[in-house]
Amino acid sequence: MRTLIFRATAPYLTALMLLYSIFVLLRGHNEPGGGFIGGLIAASALAIYGIACGVSPVRRAIRYHPMAISGFGLFLGAIAGIFSLFAGVPYMTGLWVYPTVFGVELKLSTTLIFDIGVYLVVLGAITSIALALEEKERD
Amino acid sequence: MDLTFLAFFAPFIAAVFAPFLVRLLGHNAAWVLAVVPALIFAHFAGFLPEVADGGQVTGGVQWIPTFNVNFSWLIDGLSLTFALLISGIGTLIVLYAGGYMKGHPQQGRFLCFILMFMGAMQGLVLSDSFFMFFVFWELTSITSFLLIGFNHSAERSRRAAMQALVVTGGGGLILLAGLIFLWNMTGVSEFSLLLGTGDLVRESPFYLAALILVLGGAFTKSAQFPLHFWLPNAMEAPTPVSAYLHSATMVKAGVYLVMRLNPVLGETVAWETILPLFGGATLLVGTFLAVRQTDLKLMLAYTTVASLGLLVMLTGFGTEKAIEGAVLYLVAHSLFKGALFMVAGNVDHEAGTRDVTKLGGLLAAMPITFGAAILSAFSMAGLPPFVGFLAKEEIYYGIAASDPWSIFITAVAIVGNALMLVIGLAVAVKPFLGPKIETPKSAHEAPLLMFAGPVLLAALSLAAALWSGLFHQFISSPMASAVAGVPLEITISIVPKPGLALTLSIVTIALGVALYFGLAGLRSAMAATLKAIGWGPDHGFDQFMQGLVRLSVVLTRTLQNGRMEFYMTVTFVLLALWLFRTMFVADEWPALPAFPVLSIYEWVTVLIIAIGLIAIVRAKNRLTAIVSLGIQGFAVAILFMLMGAPDLSFTQFMVETLTVVILALAMTRLRLSPQDHRSAGQTMLGGTIAVACGVALTFILLQILQTPFDRTLTDFFNLYSYSIAQGRNIVNVILVDFRGVDTFGEIGVVMVAGLAILALLRIVPKRSLGSAPAPRIPEAEPVAVGRD
Repeated sequence: MRTLIFRATAPYLTALMLLYSIFVLLRGHNEPGGGFIGGLIAASALAIYGIACGVSPVRRAIRYHPMAISGFGLFLGAIAGIFSLFAGVPYMTGLWVYPTVFGVELKLSTTLIFDIGVYLVVLGAITSIALALEEKERD
Repeated sequence: MDLTFLAFFAPFIAAVFAPFLVRLLGHNAAWVLAVVPALIFAHFAGFLPEVADGGQVTGGVQWIPTFNVNFSWLIDGLSLTFALLISGIGTLIVLYAGGYMKGHPQQGRFLCFILMFMGAMQGLVLSDSFFMFFVFWELTSITSFLLIGFNHSAERSRRAAMQALVVTGGGGLILLAGLIFLWNMTGVSEFSLLLGTGDLVRESPFYLAALILVLGGAFTKSAQFPLHFWLPNAMEAPTPVSAYLHSATMVKAGVYLVMRLNPVLGETVAWETILPLFGGATLLVGTFLAVRQTDLKLMLAYTTVASLGLLVMLTGFGTEKAIEGAVLYLVAHSLFKGALFMVAGNVDHEAGTRDVTKLGGLLAAMPITFGAAILSAFSMAGLPPFVGFLAKEEIYYGIAASDPWSIFITAVAIVGNALMLVIGLAVAVKPFLGPKIETPKSAHEAPLLMFAGPVLLAALSLAAALWSGLFHQFISSPMASAVAGVPLEITISIVPKPGLALTLSIVTIALGVALYFGLAGLRSAMAATLKAIGWGPDHGFDQFMQGLVRLSVVLTRTLQNGRMEFYMTVTFVLLALWLFRTMFVADEWPALPAFPVLSIYEWVTVLIIAIGLIAIVRAKNRLTAIVSLGIQGFAVAILFMLMGAPDLSFTQFMVETLTVVILALAMTRLRLSPQDHRSAGQTMLGGTIAVACGVALTFILLQILQTPFDRTLTDFFNLYSYSIAQGRNIVNVILVDFRGVDTFGEIGVVMVAGLAILALLRIVPKRSLGSAPAPRIPEAEPVAVGRD
């Protein structure tokens, strides 16, 4: 699969897909999308990069072990619910804040943190499987 | 804070600090650590006046309010006596262990285990809630496992520890079932409330089941025949453990349970048959096996088995006097047996051997130890003026009657008691009196830490009998009342009253003394008999364990044979069968739906699906098949999109993409041949299963679509998705908000699955494992995905 065209375009494709995956993640609350599907897109972006350029550039690019990313996602998912305990409501009740940044009102919430957690778990788990499979037996 | 609550945890807290204290103070740390059980003893002793007046103290805190489970305790005559024995003897044992284990590199760990056990045992007897009781019950099994296996470099210790854990831990699980039965039958989960339910349990149709389960727990813990074998084997533990766990306290947990439940489960034919039968058998087997032994600790261990049998027998016999006898004997036994074990430990420690035939004439060297030994042995033999005498008199008052059953039980008791007298004398007299025999070490008196315990316990055996009025008022009468469920008053004193009981006592003593002089002959006769029998429950345990291992090997080989093909076949055949079965049982088959009107592009998509399917079936090359699978998957995703499910379609696209990529990569790793080499028969079988699953799923989906649609949930989420959770994408709102905890569990699963796959990929197959050789087809360099 190491054709020149593929190798040349893969990094741009990966970058675009990653950007798109974040877009999908963030729009998820109102439009089709969300953490799960965003994570899948990001994972396939990294898989493409890996197929085109080899596994070690991917590992270098994401800096952390994909399983660690997954673990951090699970951690985010767990603490997203804990905020509500401090507010005196049951675990995982959604809390919302509406700060205005550059004149635009943002809707931020603990469910968004949770969704980011889902995104990272899916991304990390699938990427670690894909990378391990792409790696040759002794690498 | 309630001091009783603190008392529950104090031993565990002390256990944490034990290793540090030993590092700091050496063996003298025992003096500091013994303060904890001593304080607990003092605390519980404060309850004596109230309990002696017939009161009982309950208390506790809420634990799991949803299930009405409380951390609650019950202090009445029964549990208070046990608590005092545990903390009192515990204090002496901690001191004794300080001397006995002096200089042992793991003394800190040992004291830690002993204190943990103390906490568990104390929790067990004081628990009011069934669940606390069970937790502490199993905790005693676990700490006992740690203590028996303390010399973990010796194989015998490890085996004994494992055996004790399997028997007592397994019994604990049976007990849990029994307790749940009681809970279900009465609706209460606390002993204090259970005792007020009257005949509810006895009249329940599940009475017998509950009884057998509860006794399963009690009999394993209290080493009743034929599950007695673990107790003598547990003598592999250091002597302080034997003295504490395997004579004075833990093994009495079963007796405690039987006594605790006597007012609820007792006074039935089953109770009054099963208990005396098993107890009596244990009494005889224990004493006869004790006679054969020459090791001091083993002789004592078998008489412990016998004593537990006697206690169970008396509790089940049913008369008030028998219960009084059991109560007196329980206290007496804890005192003299704890002391005798420590004496045996002293002899072993100072003379270097525990073999009674190699010991003699130690009196001059160890006078104090001998004093404790002989006093305790007299109590064990039931001679006046010791508390053992009171117990024996009361026992004979309780069981001697003219009906055949009573005569039989009385005969069993006489033989058992006579043999216990023999062993008591053999342990306490033989090593000390008579001609001096050279021992491996030149013996001298044990240090203060080691003789304090036996001397104090022996003195108590005497004091309890001399001041029997006080003893009965504060200890034995309240305890007997708690066991019987009605107020009882024990009056027996050391002044012998002429009568049947005294006659029987004299008969017992005469028989015992006669047997003592014929001990050598008796011993060889027993050894010959056992040799003739050959098989014993101890050996049976090994056979049981081997059988268990073999069974699990066979099961694993059958169910997990490592052949992917087999797993897939079973899974999909069962799926198809189950789906068809559901429709068959309900006798609901889907009606053929009206043929849909599709537009041209929808037809094209359907056509692509069909082409993809044909391509999969006809593909000769595996990679082609995988890609074709992706084609039909994409086409299905397009269909979803056309039918108005963008979310679903979106996900389907990504899943299909990743499936193809990962399958292709996995194929590369597996180094399979690129060609499909299956025979026509295998292909047919696979095809049939695939078609069956497909048809079954189609049918069930059609059936589901043809049932009227319930809009409740749809309306709910339409209504609240934006107003409560501020999102218009209902699917996403459900995932991250309404059912967020579910999703959290699911992403946990995703991550664990990823970890598992990663681990599997990391395994480098060194050799073919089991019955499934790893497929290795050489010179196969199949697809070129991701390869240099």
